[in-house]
Amino acid sequence: MLRDITLGQYYPVDSPVHRLDPRTKILLTMLFIIAVFLASQLYLYVFILGFLSLSVYLSRLPARMIIRSIRPMRILLVFTFILNLFFGTGETALLRIGPVIIWQEGLLNALHFTLRLVFLVMGSSVLTLTTSPVTLTDGLETLASPLKVIKFPAHEMAMMMTIALRFIPTLVEEADKIMKAQTARGADFTSGNLMARARAMVPLLVPLFVSAFRRAGDLAMAMEARCYHGGEGRTRLHVLKIGRGDYIAYLAMAALYVLLLLPRWL
Amino acid sequence: MTDIAHLVCDQVTYRYEPQAEPAVKDISLVIPRGQFTAILGHNGSGKSTLAKLLNGLFLPSEGRITVSGMDTREEKHTWDIRQAAGMVFQNPDNQLVATRVYDDVAFGLENIGVPTEEMPPRIDEALRLTGMAEYADRPPHLLSGGQKQRVAIAGILAMQPQALILDEATAMLDPQGRKEVFDTVARLNREQGITVVWITHFMEEAARAQRVMVMDHGAMAMDGTPREIFSRVEEVRALRLDVPPMTKLAHLLIARGIKAARDVLTVEEMAREVKRLCPSCWKN
Repeated sequence: MLRDITLGQYYPVDSPVHRLDPRTKILLTMLFIIAVFLASQLYLYVFILGFLSLSVYLSRLPARMIIRSIRPMRILLVFTFILNLFFGTGETALLRIGPVIIWQEGLLNALHFTLRLVFLVMGSSVLTLTTSPVTLTDGLETLASPLKVIKFPAHEMAMMMTIALRFIPTLVEEADKIMKAQTARGADFTSGNLMARARAMVPLLVPLFVSAFRRAGDLAMAMEARCYHGGEGRTRLHVLKIGRGDYIAYLAMAALYVLLLLPRWL
Repeated sequence: MTDIAHLVCDQVTYRYEPQAEPAVKDISLVIPRGQFTAILGHNGSGKSTLAKLLNGLFLPSEGRITVSGMDTREEKHTWDIRQAAGMVFQNPDNQLVATRVYDDVAFGLENIGVPTEEMPPRIDEALRLTGMAEYADRPPHLLSGGQKQRVAIAGILAMQPQALILDEATAMLDPQGRKEVFDTVARLNREQGITVVWITHFMEEAARAQRVMVMDHGAMAMDGTPREIFSRVEEVRALRLDVPPMTKLAHLLIARGIKAARDVLTVEEMAREVKRLCPSCWKN
């Protein structure tokens, strides 16, 4: 059962959005998040929804995957809505139920915050669903590399992420093996209260950590034997290139900003 | 100039700690270009340490090691030496870095600064030579042990080394994987003229090398052709090693008074011996 976990939530199909440069996608996601906060009127969310729908359509993602992405957030969403609805103050009362007053401003706030959260999560899901973790890492490394002047270890971070991605399946497999070995000797991982279960994890975690450290030592030796010596003087197999699709994507984002900001100027 | 001596150890001693008992003691050896050398030895005999000395992962405490004339102690040669003498380790899981076979083979090339456009042909060639071309897009954790080791070998081949050092590369593999890896390396040695140092504790693998060295307590105990080494059964046994199964069988026959040759190594040779000793037992 531990075996069939998937890494991240990458949805591998070929689409114009999948083919975008990862840097473009990361920057556009950031810009999209800012755009969500720029929507000052409720009707402006239509443009945001339009932009999101267009990118989901172009990325050939099943719409239900995007909708499902807010599921882990549902409790937070409900709380945000209720808190804003009942605990705001305002001038126009909409509804009076005993001592509780629902204000128009409260309702507006509640809608604003809830919609923002929904779009925030959906927008970043488009990024993680259309970009493989390795490509994402490549993009982050390149985007962060100007920070090297302030000694930010961009290359090392990216290498750590790649190695983590490479070793997650290996370690999961190993955890599975250790679990079976301990079960065969009478360990019980599935019954008892929370404390008992947490304690039962110790004979699983200790060998797993010991082995992970051994692997790390071996891997470091193997990497050195293959001439790894940090990011300096290193070339790359995958060179990121900004193409036509990327320019179109930036233009679309610019259009969204114009639509959102126009009402403020008019 | 073609230098015949490829890997040279000159009175090499190595200690893990300054005061500790040396793991490698006063070893001098010359491995010529293109030779397939097997190094045998029981656990703790220093054979792995010797392997790591040969490509500069460890530096000798005393003595000198040269790879194609480059001294491993000179820092300016470190990366050239590691590129020239590639190394494959025992655990197939702990030496692949990338999440895709193709990207892993590129890892070494990225490290030595090969221009991007030169990478694909070198990667394709390395994958072809190891028979892994059809697995280029697979993630390493879905491969068998033997396949992972062949990817590791491909990653080194792409760097165009002159020597391959394999430190018990088949120890964790099943018989099928062991055969795959050994045959791949033997073919690279034969067809590409790559010098091979094959560290193992499988006698039947050592029997197929051109030269066998036996290490004991950090020192070189025996050095010769497999035939010379394995015909000295008592000496090999005294070093807590076994002889190849067919050599063992030949010696059992000799003990029973049958005049078999003492230096039989392979099944084919044994079949020939049986045919010679007892033509009538041989049907078809």
